[in-house]
Amino acid sequence: MSDPGDNLRRLTDLYRTMARIRAFEETALEAHKAGEIPGPLHVSIGQEAVAAGVCLNLRKDDRLTSNHRGHGHAIAKGADPKRMMLELYGRDGGYCRGKGGSMHIADFSVGMLGANGVVAGGIPIAVGAAQGLKMQGSDAIVTCMFGDGAVNRGPFLEGLNWAVLFKLPVLFVCEDNGVAAFTRAESVTAGPGVIDRAKALGVAAITVDGNNGMGVDDAASTAVGAVRRGEGPHLLHLRTYRITGHTSADAAAWRPEEEVAEARSRDPIARLGAVLAERGVGAGELGKMIENARAEMAEARSGANAAAWPAAAVAFEDVQDTGAVAWSKSH
Amino acid sequence: MVEVTLIEASRRAALQEMRRDARVWVLGEDVARGGLWGQYKDFLAEFGDQRVVSTPISESTIMGAGLGSALVGQRPIIEMRIFDFVMCAMDELVNQIAKIRYMFGGQAKPAVVVRMPHGMWRNSAAQHSQMLEAWFAHLPGVIVVTPATPADTAGLLVQAIRSDDPVLFFDPKDLFWVNGEISEPIEPIPFGVARKVTEGDAATVVTWSAAVPVATKGAELLAADGIKIDLLDLRTIWPWDQDAVIASVNKTKRLLVVHEAVEVAGFGAEVVARVVDQVGPANLKAAKRLASPRIPVPFSPPLEAEVRLSPEKVVSAVKALIGA
Repeated sequence: MSDPGDNLRRLTDLYRTMARIRAFEETALEAHKAGEIPGPLHVSIGQEAVAAGVCLNLRKDDRLTSNHRGHGHAIAKGADPKRMMLELYGRDGGYCRGKGGSMHIADFSVGMLGANGVVAGGIPIAVGAAQGLKMQGSDAIVTCMFGDGAVNRGPFLEGLNWAVLFKLPVLFVCEDNGVAAFTRAESVTAGPGVIDRAKALGVAAITVDGNNGMGVDDAASTAVGAVRRGEGPHLLHLRTYRITGHTSADAAAWRPEEEVAEARSRDPIARLGAVLAERGVGAGELGKMIENARAEMAEARSGANAAAWPAAAVAFEDVQDTGAVAWSKSH
Repeated sequence: MVEVTLIEASRRAALQEMRRDARVWVLGEDVARGGLWGQYKDFLAEFGDQRVVSTPISESTIMGAGLGSALVGQRPIIEMRIFDFVMCAMDELVNQIAKIRYMFGGQAKPAVVVRMPHGMWRNSAAQHSQMLEAWFAHLPGVIVVTPATPADTAGLLVQAIRSDDPVLFFDPKDLFWVNGEISEPIEPIPFGVARKVTEGDAATVVTWSAAVPVATKGAELLAADGIKIDLLDLRTIWPWDQDAVIASVNKTKRLLVVHEAVEVAGFGAEVVARVVDQVGPANLKAAKRLASPRIPVPFSPPLEAEVRLSPEKVVSAVKALIGA
């Protein structure tokens, strides 16, 4: 990254990924409000620098576990937004054949081991995947994304303890948007928080401004390098802000308007845009990236909205090899 | 053939499969010391501490880490020590392991074996004696194995380790030191095939797990009275051998299901309902269950005996069923 040209290209890639995540989320939210997408939808508008900055440092064969607010993680890890949108719509061709939806996007072909509808549900899976990779002698690592709410669940303690004991290649990422569903995280979290909890277990941990894409990239680069060198688990605590509500149905009207306005002034995409502008990237080029991202997601939306529903038989597939529904019905 | 205890049969099955497939590993509390029951004795020396992993008492992560390893291609044997502790890992089992293949549209098959020594055992009281196998038969996505003999334990454990489906393996801890013959090498036994223990026309008795030797003894007592029954050990309750049960009931017209678990909403209810549906009321003279009352398992020996099955209870139930 010492070459300024390389660095600029890297920041531009980061910006593009963040713009694509934002466009995906805004498009999905709009489609949900229009009644095109069924079920609950958790979007990550305002948190894009976390997903994009961390995943910029991962290889394709690195694995990732995600949570219920996982669209950004999937896109940043290399998943195809078209197939993601098809899944959100519950249509044929979606990543999960229409059986998972927004909360269960997975793309094993790019190492995305799945979003998870249970808070902290990905933590034990991540440490186990890391243990498996270590057994195989691989230098791939596992990144485990979870929110501030997850640090109050048992698997957080268990998983961190476990990862240290077995010196596993896991990067824990606490994506701290300050709110656990509808409750401020600080009002339900004792003590100084995630960093102290991690350090108490011997996990190297730092807090970084999660709305600063460049800062996230730097911190992730250092942590990923250490984890890949076999130095054991690390934790990044990335502070960000959830601009929208918990789900598409939640206006989060309980928050003071000034608070949301202040958060918008720290918008990660605008901030990185300003950095790029300072380094000579023109407004036209930045605007073009945003426009391209919106066009890509609009196309994903119209494609999904026009796509066929899965055949009814699909509901009965992918259950189990022995003792599946067909077995039961044949008797 | 060689005669061994049931727990030794399970040890030899896991040993054989770990030698056969380097992806197989075992994780759980104290497994590097051989496991609570000696079922992994000497594994550490042979396979090393990457494949034989003693873990913290962290059931959620024992279960979830086993799953995570399966998602990158390993084949874990997840040891729960005692069945009752699986309650601490329910999210990982029910919401994760049982759902991942379906929820992700078939992108992954979590090839895990979860071993859960269950059932009543030497006055271990309410948190170390439960039989909740019916819960898991109710859960789509998993296989539920409930063996009763050394040979079936060995053969079904081999099948379980080779299975791409998640397998919940209910080791019958009250039978761990029962002897029986096993083959060498151990051949896999397919899921969903019942074993006929005794043959007769008077009634069909269906059972599994620790109830099998009790029902077998009952069948012997009945035979001494001239009453011969078809006694079927299901061996796995999901899938279960509906063909064998229905064929037998078509012959005997009478069904008794015997299980250690609580009768109310137990798996016996499913067996009876299915048989009624398939055989039809005209061909079925009686269908009953013999199982535990709906109380937790008590500690004190005479109190525990109130919950336990006995050969005499089986004899009475069959005689009532046939009106003898």
